[in-house]
Amino acid sequence: MTDVLEVALRVALVLGVFLVLPLLVGQTEHKAMAHMQSRLGPMYAGGFHGWAQLVADGVKFAQKEDIVPTAADRVVFKLAPAVALIPYLIALVAIPLGPGVVAQDLDVGVFFVLAVMAVGVLGPLMGGWASANKFSLLGALRTAAQLMAYELPFILAAASVAMAAGTLSLVGIVEAWEPWWLIWQLPAAVVFFVAGLAELQRPPFDMPVADSEIIFGAFTEYTGLRFALFLLAEYAGIVVLCALTTVLFLGGWHGPYDDVLGWLWTLLKTMVLAFVVIWLRVSYPRLREDQLQRLAWQGLVPIALLQLALTGVVVVART
Amino acid sequence: MTVVEVMFALLGVIAVGSAILVVTTQHLVHAALWLVVTLGSVAGCYLLLSAEFVAWVQVLIYIGAVVVLLLFGLMLTRAPIGQSDDLDSPLGQRIAAAVTAASAGAVLVASVVTSFRGERIDLSDDRVAGSTGDVGAAVFRSWVLPFEVLSLLLLAALIGAIVLSRRDVSAGPAGARMGVVDEFGEIAEADGVVR
Repeated sequence: MTDVLEVALRVALVLGVFLVLPLLVGQTEHKAMAHMQSRLGPMYAGGFHGWAQLVADGVKFAQKEDIVPTAADRVVFKLAPAVALIPYLIALVAIPLGPGVVAQDLDVGVFFVLAVMAVGVLGPLMGGWASANKFSLLGALRTAAQLMAYELPFILAAASVAMAAGTLSLVGIVEAWEPWWLIWQLPAAVVFFVAGLAELQRPPFDMPVADSEIIFGAFTEYTGLRFALFLLAEYAGIVVLCALTTVLFLGGWHGPYDDVLGWLWTLLKTMVLAFVVIWLRVSYPRLREDQLQRLAWQGLVPIALLQLALTGVVVVART
Repeated sequence: MTVVEVMFALLGVIAVGSAILVVTTQHLVHAALWLVVTLGSVAGCYLLLSAEFVAWVQVLIYIGAVVVLLLFGLMLTRAPIGQSDDLDSPLGQRIAAAVTAASAGAVLVASVVTSFRGERIDLSDDRVAGSTGDVGAAVFRSWVLPFEVLSLLLLAALIGAIVLSRRDVSAGPAGARMGVVDEFGEIAEADGVVR
């Protein structure tokens, strides 16, 4: 009976994190972006500095009419938002929050999370193709081109830290982490974070949804709840990426009093990274398609390969 | 039958059923999406056989990379939203394909059955039989030569692809244009023919 209770508790915790953190990141984005641009951002909903703005947005989305274009491929069109969102929920299962605080410690945690995230990217592709819209198709095309370029450095960078720790388990990697890895694995950390941003199509890698060129890319035809699900997938993606970067490269729960406060350090590092994601959005202009491809193939891939070689040399030298 | 056996059989049925749909569906993009189901259920079979590492690599490489590449290729073509009536090949070709598939399947089934008949994996064992360590040891100790030969083959294919996609190779001193930018040029062309 306690087993069932424990599983239920773990699932409830993951679901809670999944529902709360993306909204928190969204609200932070509203406010941080506003203040960086000398605005106030939402101020009315909920009273105190518009804290309930995203709840109000959710209510608004739920009330909107659910439109499927006549020429669309209805089944694929309706399925796409779920395909985009659910993988991020599943990915959270393997990410450790503190010592012993993880929904499920997997033997191959890194590959599990990367594989599940790779399924999520099918959502925009399905939606873009099924919408029967030029802009959607162009957006999906750009998404696919971008994904193919950035998937490789993303995985290579994760492989580097797995080699350093000698395990693929996320819990094992955090346990093996030492502070000097911050310098040793710095190139991999940068490559991982940048490639992750590109996978999420966050600015400055937002060619696929460039609103001034192709309206909203693959999501152009979506309204109401389905559109909200795509937006939620973006913020859930930020949370997963930042949590994963924290766990792989920033030492997860390591910090003062980490046997008690471990979960707090993980959350704090994750939120700082999420702030950096927002900061980058406000600071950098959108990269052009050729700049995107050049950054991936001539910048990130060689750096990731060099890092892999360096990691290999150091690991062999130390044993 | 245990629960695992029932689930394995179910996943097998899903894999075969969706694989048949891949080749019979009239919707081009649906074929690629059914392929996702096929590859996913094969990964599920690996998981049930406790080969976790192989299962997740299967998802990562085949669904995350190969299917994305397929969809990218399809989007560059005139693949319509609805049915494509000209997808069916002539009868002779279909029969030839069926015969090829059946004989390849028969060879695979025969070889697997003859070499592994009656062997059972003890799933109750705490130690995972297909753990990352075991797979790594097998690949880099017993099978290191085939592994290296395969990597050489892949390298050759990679270089071949680069040579084929570079239009400036014969045009004298190396231009700055990359194959990827060429692809981008094709994206711009596709712009005009979108459905």
